[in-house]
Amino acid sequence: MAEVLVLVEQAGGEVKKVTAELLTVAARLGTPAAVWAGPGAESGRERLAGFGAAKVYVADSAEFASYVVAPKAELLAQLVASASPAAVLIAGSAEGKEIAGRLAVKTGSGVLTDAVDVTAGQDGGALVSQANFGGSVNVHSKVKSGLPIITVRPNAVAPSAADGAAELVPVSFAASDAAKGARVVSHEAAERSARPDLQEAQIVVSGGRGTGSAEGFGVIERLADALGAAVGASRAVTDAGWYPHAFQVGQTGKTVSPQLYAAVGISGAIQHRAGMQTSKTIIAVNKDPEAPIFEIADFGVVGDLFTVVPQLIDEITKRKAS
Amino acid sequence: MNIVVLVKQVPDTESERKLVPGAGTLDRAAADGLINELDEYAIEEGLRIAGAHGGEVTIMSMGPAKAAESIRKALSMGADKAVHVLDDGLAGSDALATSAVLAAALGAVGFDLVIAGSESTDARTGVLPAMLAERLGVPQLTQASKVDISGTSVTVRRVSDDGFDVVEASLPAVISVVEKINEPRYPSFKGIMAAKKKPVQTLTLAGLGIPAEAAGLAGSATQVCDFAARPPRAAGVIVKDEGDGGVKAAAFLAERKFI
Repeated sequence: MAEVLVLVEQAGGEVKKVTAELLTVAARLGTPAAVWAGPGAESGRERLAGFGAAKVYVADSAEFASYVVAPKAELLAQLVASASPAAVLIAGSAEGKEIAGRLAVKTGSGVLTDAVDVTAGQDGGALVSQANFGGSVNVHSKVKSGLPIITVRPNAVAPSAADGAAELVPVSFAASDAAKGARVVSHEAAERSARPDLQEAQIVVSGGRGTGSAEGFGVIERLADALGAAVGASRAVTDAGWYPHAFQVGQTGKTVSPQLYAAVGISGAIQHRAGMQTSKTIIAVNKDPEAPIFEIADFGVVGDLFTVVPQLIDEITKRKAS
Repeated sequence: MNIVVLVKQVPDTESERKLVPGAGTLDRAAADGLINELDEYAIEEGLRIAGAHGGEVTIMSMGPAKAAESIRKALSMGADKAVHVLDDGLAGSDALATSAVLAAALGAVGFDLVIAGSESTDARTGVLPAMLAERLGVPQLTQASKVDISGTSVTVRRVSDDGFDVVEASLPAVISVVEKINEPRYPSFKGIMAAKKKPVQTLTLAGLGIPAEAAGLAGSATQVCDFAARPPRAAGVIVKDEGDGGVKAAAFLAERKFI
């Protein structure tokens, strides 16, 4: 069976959840072969093995952190040439899509982004499912030229545990001069939160203009913590500076599809809905009974969020204690 | 400095966006078109850089005839001239084919800096700026929330999920911008009037030396197999808070096993 390359997403040696999801998808198309760009592969090996990676190609180079995107694309192109994989899977982050795009150009292949599912197609290739236009149209697509290069939306496919050998295979790699055009001079890490990552969480609690201020937004964080959820924010909130842009959900922010999305003080304008309307269950709290969010909510409360949410938090706490 | 800003006309998100049966391509005729939102930030950044460092801003857009409306709107913000890559043979081009055409057009026109929005609201692939950097063999400074030019050197603040990088490169380069980079200006009445006279050059596939098979549906490396409208969500239960809204919400969450 041909290999399927999976570019590993990791931070400080810790393998991210989306990599487990990609390895699960890879197993449907061929033999999963993880690709680790940078140092620290030994610490991630066991987790990769636990999700079925047969091998882990390791290019232990500092160049990946020093130059934007291009070296990772070059590494993948080198492995495509040597391993002749059936497909390449990359996490659907902004950077992942850029790597995928460059790899597509290098290999003359098609690239499909934001897959919410990938299965083995009838013709032996990969059949990709996408949810376009904010989730209002379900599309099946495929790559017809070259090698399928697919970016997968985080948190869309459930990862399955599987036993893999995860044999570390060192790869000799040096980025070309052309790949070193954009140099990283410094990096500032965002504050690491104890809360789940917005694109990995099962539950997201999101706050909008109704929260009124940065202090008011605190009620969103308290509800998120009561549910063990990630925090999201509407564009109105980030534009006003009440919460960082990294948490913005919507057309110009992140797209999420958790099991539960709680929209609090969010009117549900289409720009926001485009980022969350495929969530499995949606609850909403808004004082405006005409708010469009109620059209897509499975349960909604028309009321003042500063009354409703604290009461909800109390109830959750009571139920957890009993 | 020669700045080219890429602009795409996309269907209004507020309108119903449809795919054409059979080809599965976007029905661009069906909905009102407007400038892709992030491209407005790209235009603004181009104008600011030209204002600070001298130079010209050229709008470049690949799209059907009605993309001319968006090109004119971009010109009314203050850009100097435009290039419209217009050819029936382009319809249905996927990202790979589009990047080949735009790279050829950029090569023909010449540039010190290409600025694009990081993603368009229709297909949302977010791959084009990176593909262009790859094809043009120039540095990629994407996801920029801040851009500074100093001589022939460009530095950006590149945002990512876990913070940001400061990235440096030499011109010529490709930049893509994110929403937080600036506040796009509104066209003034004077700008709107002046835009009517600004030159818009048209480029065709033949003019770019690109064979028909390399563009459009035929030249794309991906295809839509089938599509269907997602079934609408079933109507939910909406209650009015009468002092017990939070309690009822908790009951719902418990029933659905979230707590």
